[in-house]
Amino acid sequence: MHMTTTTETKRSTAFGLASAAIIAGSLSSVAAHAQDDTIKIGVLHSLSGTMAISETTLKDTMLMLIDQQNANGGVLGKQLEAVVVDPASDWPLFAEKARELIEVEGVAVTFGAWTSVSRKSVLPVLEELNSPMFYPVQYEGEESSRNVYYTGAAPNQQAIPAVDYLARDLGVERWVLAGTDYVYPRTTNKILEAYLSAKGVASEDIMINYTPFGHSDWQSIVSEIQSFGSEGKKTAVVSTINGDANVPFYKELGNQGISAEDIPVVAFSVGEEELSGFDTSPLVGHLAAWNYFMSVESDVNDEFIDTWLDFIGDENRVTNDPMEAHYIGFNMWVKAVEKAGTVDADAVADAIIGVSVPNLTGGYSTMMPNHHITKPVLIGEIQDDGQFEIVWETSGLVAGDAWSDYLDSSKNLIASWRAPLSCGNYDVTTGVCSGQNLE
Amino acid sequence: MHSLMCTLLLLSPTLVAAQEAITSGDAELDPIFTAYVDGDRTDALTTLAGLDRGDKRALLTGILEGDLVLWKTESRIVRVEKDGRSYTLFDLVSGEELDTVRSRRVSRLKLDNRLRGFLRKLIAGLGLESEDPVERLTAVRALVSEPESIERQRIDALIENESNVDVLAALRAVRARQLVASSDPLEQQAGITALASDLSADSRRAIRDIANAPEDAELAPETREAAALAMVNQQRSVERYRTLETVFFGLSLGSVLVLAAIGLAITFGVMGVINMAHGELIMLGAYCAYFMQLLLPDALGAALMLSLPVAFLCTGAVGIVIERSVIRFLYGRPLETLLATFGISLMLQQLVRTMVSAQNVPVSNPAFMSGTVSFNEVFSLTLNRLYILAFCLVVFTALLILLKRSRFGLEMRAVSQNRSMARAMGVRSSRIDSLTFGLGAGVAGIAGVALSQLTNVGPNLGQAYIVDSFMVVVFGGVGNLWGTLIGGMTLGVANKLLEPWAGAILAKILVLVFLILFIQRRPRGLFPPRGRAAEAH
Repeated sequence: MHMTTTTETKRSTAFGLASAAIIAGSLSSVAAHAQDDTIKIGVLHSLSGTMAISETTLKDTMLMLIDQQNANGGVLGKQLEAVVVDPASDWPLFAEKARELIEVEGVAVTFGAWTSVSRKSVLPVLEELNSPMFYPVQYEGEESSRNVYYTGAAPNQQAIPAVDYLARDLGVERWVLAGTDYVYPRTTNKILEAYLSAKGVASEDIMINYTPFGHSDWQSIVSEIQSFGSEGKKTAVVSTINGDANVPFYKELGNQGISAEDIPVVAFSVGEEELSGFDTSPLVGHLAAWNYFMSVESDVNDEFIDTWLDFIGDENRVTNDPMEAHYIGFNMWVKAVEKAGTVDADAVADAIIGVSVPNLTGGYSTMMPNHHITKPVLIGEIQDDGQFEIVWETSGLVAGDAWSDYLDSSKNLIASWRAPLSCGNYDVTTGVCSGQNLE
Repeated sequence: MHSLMCTLLLLSPTLVAAQEAITSGDAELDPIFTAYVDGDRTDALTTLAGLDRGDKRALLTGILEGDLVLWKTESRIVRVEKDGRSYTLFDLVSGEELDTVRSRRVSRLKLDNRLRGFLRKLIAGLGLESEDPVERLTAVRALVSEPESIERQRIDALIENESNVDVLAALRAVRARQLVASSDPLEQQAGITALASDLSADSRRAIRDIANAPEDAELAPETREAAALAMVNQQRSVERYRTLETVFFGLSLGSVLVLAAIGLAITFGVMGVINMAHGELIMLGAYCAYFMQLLLPDALGAALMLSLPVAFLCTGAVGIVIERSVIRFLYGRPLETLLATFGISLMLQQLVRTMVSAQNVPVSNPAFMSGTVSFNEVFSLTLNRLYILAFCLVVFTALLILLKRSRFGLEMRAVSQNRSMARAMGVRSSRIDSLTFGLGAGVAGIAGVALSQLTNVGPNLGQAYIVDSFMVVVFGGVGNLWGTLIGGMTLGVANKLLEPWAGAILAKILVLVFLILFIQRRPRGLFPPRGRAAEAH
């Protein structure tokens, strides 16, 4: 498949060799490959293949953030240099490209991956070479690696608050859990099912449905949802339907005349970027749960949007939640490097826990010892202009939980990368740390 | 367990909305809008609906549709006309133009699902006495789910004065719901009789609740019997309509499969070229529909109609270029053709990604393609699917006539059956080759236009259909258009019949397994080529 390697170098004139020499001593072997006056940052997002639709934007976000940081003097007096590679939506290629970034290019940190399977593919490489990566997408949880920082939402930062909102504010009693058939929806739905049962929802009031990737013929399923929802109890669809399959799903809902007032759909994978692909007037009122919406009213968000529109040179582009995750992750990394005084992976790993940076909703996000971050949870309703109207938000911040409390297999597990525990998978009942978290 | 849910005391500024008084150019409305923005929105709306002014309905509709916004810098409620991100603001009462601002300078009046439902009811309530029968009908329909919200005398009075047939039927349905809820057994039975023919979910539930009422409920035995009988009848007709619906779903899925495969039936079926770039030709056709919409943004229907010939010509031309530049050198070498066309498919995808965008592009449905034809409460067919089913049959018939009745079709069949004999008879076989491939590609383009109405238009569109297309052609029998039609429809209906009890994924697997077994028994598909033509393959 197609591969592109772009290397963007920006040299600082203000800070020369002098400052580089001071820090040179503390640089690890990893950074030794790098040019003396720059710090390399890996950007590992698919620019071709199926996932290009979502990931290209994140590559651009990283380039913008790095540009901005360089304009403000870089980090530790050095300019940052983005090394962009294209893993082409090919999961094994993610591992190869990560290895290339770390071993050949000598990047200090990587920002990348979208799907869980691509993250799982990169994980062994990161752990073997001890190099950090920031992962910006909401995911199913049940993982905490020493080398990965999860800046997207864990299920307790998205799915569970959304279900709470539906049950409490909309009086929903009957649930359709509809998802694409892969690890994120399966795990999320398992957690939600356990959560709903624990809240006393009978099993005949839960309908679970899986569809293949890119499913485009939703006629029967929508008709089934309609008859499931005509039993007199308020019904909602909790959708973990992935990416492309959403458009025909919503179109079919509209065509069969199901409005958000009859059966609201709350989605975890539909954001501004996905909606910019089509006419949203039939979707008005359907919901999404995220930690950020473009419509959030805060000065820092206005500034971020302006910078983004200028950078991308297109007034019609939008911002979305994973972009905010990269914004937070990147600033956390910068702050941790400045605190540690070096880009060395171990020093940064120690420094980053507890680091707080502004998020775009106007508050602060903090890196927790389990490598997840604190975020507000927002519920938005789709409007006819493709934006979200925020209808509910948590009153404070929610810290990401690596191991779900609602699954039997993980309810006793915790993660903390702070000494002396330093474990991503610690069983509090047996006191055993099960080592790495590949499973 | 160690809950990590910690609530840090960081209130986000969006929560703290400090609002000053809102103006609107009308003193009567000012306190209402101030209350709406700052306080209880339900109260504000109720007050607004209770005012004695002619434009209250327009105001409520404006709030519902987002035409009324808050002009943030002036703290003023205005009516807005949107043009992309630039908004023109008008005075609420006089309609005088005030200013044109960027969209971020205004904020919409907050609405959520509950409030939207409430607002719709308020508006509907104002419509009961309206002159316009359509408004009356919406108003009455809104009452059906909550029959107790209106007094029976009022309904009786409305029925008395109503002349429109549809509104009258809707009013009677409301009254029937009220009768069913009554405590008088005679009234209740009258209600059940009236509701028995109504298949809406609300009516069925009302009847079912009576039929399944607990033993100790105060209920005349005749009432219970009548309800039980009505329930069984209703269930039977619902079953019947559900089966009909499933068959329609299957035919509609089948028509999509046939459309996607019919171009391939020509390139693969007639010419024997394994064209892996077929899906991308479909994708290019869908992009034609997108570009035509950009050219004619105000006439979506015309744009869609025009994009049919445009897509046919564009993708046909692309097909001819592919045939002339690559495929003609590879005739008789199927494996190399497969690899080369796979390469072309990747190149076309990446070309679209770089030239247009990696993002999906929006293609809207023209008004005549949206909505449903409703036969009754449980059976309705979506219009876009109906059109595509009809369109599929038109394309099929046109191709059949072209192949069987035209000189080009004759030459095409001659070349595919016996190339050297055809050449001996004076047929320019290489020209026929490129035209045939161009035809197949052009038909793929047309299919793309149709698919743009159903699914995402993006660089990956083609990949979703390539496997299905080959499946249909192989199942139907290589080289036979009828095979493609019957094959596609059979696969579609089989898939949809399996889906309700096996789930979407298992249904797909089962269909595939069935197909493999079928091909084992009949390697040449449903309609195998016969006679001398068969030996040429």
